Amino acid sequence: MGSDRHKAAALAVALLAAFAIAAGPAESRTLRWARSIDTTSLDPHAANVGPNLLVVHQIYEPLIVRRFDGKMVPALAVSWALTRDPLVWEFKLRPGVTFHDGKPLTAEDVLFSLERARSTASDVKSLLSSVASVSKADDHTIRIRTVGPDPLLPNNLTDVLVMSKPWTEAHESVAIHNPASGRETHAAGHANGTGPYAVVSREPGKKTVMRLYEGYWGKGEHPLDIDEIVYLPIPDNATRITALVSGEVDFVQDVPVQDVQRLQENRALRVNVSPENRSIFLGMNVGAPDLKSSSLKGSNPFADRRVRAAIEMAIDRLQLQRNVMRGLSVPAGVIVPPFSNGYTSELDIWPPVDLAKARGLLREAGYPDGFDIALTCPNDRYVNDEGLCHGVAGMLGRIGVRTRPATQPAAQHFGQVRRAELDFYLLGWGVTTFDSEYIFSLLYHTNTGALGGWNGTGFSDRAVDDQIHTLRQEVDQARRNATIASLWRRLKEEVIYVPLHNQTIVYAMSREFDIPVDVSSQPKMKFVGARRM
Amino acid sequence: MSAFILRRALQALAVLFAVGLISFAMFRFAGDPVNQMVGAETSPAERLEIRRSLGLDDPMAVQFARYLAGAARFDFGISYQFRQPVAQLLKERMPATLELALVATILALVFGILMGVYSALRRDSALAKLFQAISLIGVSLPTFLIGILLIYLFSVILGWLPSFGRGDTARLGWWTTGLLTVSGLKALIMPSVTLGLFQMTLIMRLVRAEMLEVLRTDYIKFARARGLRTRAIHFGHALKNTLVPVITIAGLQLGSVIAFAIITETVFQWPGMGLLFVQAVQNVDIPIMAAYLMLVGLIFVTINLAVDILYTIVDPRLRSSIHQPA
Repeated sequence: MGSDRHKAAALAVALLAAFAIAAGPAESRTLRWARSIDTTSLDPHAANVGPNLLVVHQIYEPLIVRRFDGKMVPALAVSWALTRDPLVWEFKLRPGVTFHDGKPLTAEDVLFSLERARSTASDVKSLLSSVASVSKADDHTIRIRTVGPDPLLPNNLTDVLVMSKPWTEAHESVAIHNPASGRETHAAGHANGTGPYAVVSREPGKKTVMRLYEGYWGKGEHPLDIDEIVYLPIPDNATRITALVSGEVDFVQDVPVQDVQRLQENRALRVNVSPENRSIFLGMNVGAPDLKSSSLKGSNPFADRRVRAAIEMAIDRLQLQRNVMRGLSVPAGVIVPPFSNGYTSELDIWPPVDLAKARGLLREAGYPDGFDIALTCPNDRYVNDEGLCHGVAGMLGRIGVRTRPATQPAAQHFGQVRRAELDFYLLGWGVTTFDSEYIFSLLYHTNTGALGGWNGTGFSDRAVDDQIHTLRQEVDQARRNATIASLWRRLKEEVIYVPLHNQTIVYAMSREFDIPVDVSSQPKMKFVGARRM
Repeated sequence: MSAFILRRALQALAVLFAVGLISFAMFRFAGDPVNQMVGAETSPAERLEIRRSLGLDDPMAVQFARYLAGAARFDFGISYQFRQPVAQLLKERMPATLELALVATILALVFGILMGVYSALRRDSALAKLFQAISLIGVSLPTFLIGILLIYLFSVILGWLPSFGRGDTARLGWWTTGLLTVSGLKALIMPSVTLGLFQMTLIMRLVRAEMLEVLRTDYIKFARARGLRTRAIHFGHALKNTLVPVITIAGLQLGSVIAFAIITETVFQWPGMGLLFVQAVQNVDIPIMAAYLMLVGLIFVTINLAVDILYTIVDPRLRSSIHQPA
């Protein structure tokens, strides 16, 4: 009897295996995707922040989309070009695109979405700040007129997502939720896009389920090998990693540095590491008459270029890479990452660590005994940000710059940076347009609110500002690049910021998937190809 | 009697007012909420406009009065991050936390009493010594470490239990429960053990100490002298008299179990109020943080009030002293 039963069982197993093989290609693949933070809304125009864009990009689509390597490829627009009028861009829309509710995409929807994205309550409106008006040439062509010539308009459109006009109107979501109004619109919790994945269910902070949209236009053009996405925000690092190790999630997007090696050694997992399009650097307040956190009164050592050069010379980037970042960073000499236009290897150099020379520079500048200062860093925003703070403080102590590390949540940190309240701080900058202009305009331009909004250093230079304005209007690529190069030469000389490194991104996943690292850490799952065993 | 209850209730209200004031005042310094609500490139003028429309520029007293008036109607405003009413978010998350806290307390009571009685009666047995060792672990190891160790053992190595989440839940009206599904029950095991371990060891040690005390009293000796069965002495007389302080402690601890569920919920990604609170702290979501603290304050005050009232019913000595003019 016993052996009979065994035979039956063996037969059943064999049959099941046969079925499994036969069913292989049609097998549905679910990606359980864990990240530290959830999107706050499904409304694509509600918040211009990474965690939101990540989720809405699976559901909605822009005219032009960026691939994993940052390259721009057609999405809802099949082609685009500047017309003979340098102020007008023309976009040809893709035919045969439908929304998840089955309605076809029209030029009206695109116009509506661009207007919605430009409205006061929109958070992506800064991406469209150069737009003067939007019009329809025919049912599948739209024209965008800019205020001045804007060579980067296509780059800025990659995060402006298109909604359905009839759907948005029918669900009373034309007004984007405004935090001040306190009202939640239908579009914050529901979605109807043209994207590869349609929302099945959503529980904020817990779980969002998306399924492959049957009518997606990109079938046959994109791999679309993932049939279902279950997006799970898990804030606690240990829990998120454990869920991956125990096989309860398939893909973890934020992997703590200390876990990378352990995960690499696990044969059931795959770890992909690649540099991110983001620089990490220190900012020094050069504009204040007096440093608040220093006992030195009546003078600001950072106003002296020699002091800033001494600081740069005292920081051992390779040691930070080795000891704080555990090898997971690319030391940098300039705050533009290699992916972005304007980067050159000649810029990406830094002075060798020379403590004697650094002390000499401090002496020359009139600080033979050094000075004391607080270095303020976020502790929940960048990879090992707190560790960097302590590492840098130790290194500066060696030249007599007695540095007190102070750390705080990014929520507080960013406000203080933007209000130029800090003397010495750590910041990271992702270049969303993949062009140096974005760095100049926001980090170097005199802080006027709209421009220089993240320049917490007090740096203000008329010549630099003028050059930035010229750059923003220039459509000739060669002349643009010449201006960018000249700006970088000048700014690198100033040492307003001390570049530390470009951050690397680590993705860990089950062996069954191979999701490449997206340079903006905004992976779009439609580009993910299968890896079957 | 009713004067006593009234006095206690008034005291409770004063405590709640203080909790509200502290939570309100504290969170005004927890970072700029506007910064969290809008993206990187919103202009200062727009930021000012949002500040103004949220009433963040009004005098503190006005903001606080507005807050208290709302809280009295269970209107805690709109969450900055989720853009949903805070009361609704808390209501959605409350079943998860209460279920976890209740199961943890029941586990703590049942195992705590059993182990306590056993180690009091068989003081020198090997098992009693083992219980003592376990209780030492429960008292000294921090909750998050116990949680991570359990996950490592039962999820990573053995693969028996899910490492995070609440499993499938069934819906009973607005209440969601994980007690009726297999995956829900499996998901409940590790979080409730983690959360209840400290209470269990506390109860075990309390029962053991009280039991040893009671076993030395005269009426137990008389009972023995009368020739009552050991079983009746131990469980009918000794244990019964031990339980009064145990129930008091367990009741009071229920409040802290709910409040301290924050850590357990974070470790196990348990979708309860504590996790909501932690996420709110990360995002400087002041309405949620303030509402949560108020709620925890309310739970503590209510339980304390109930215990005070129960005392007067249970303990006649307290009652007589109340009747005397002060």
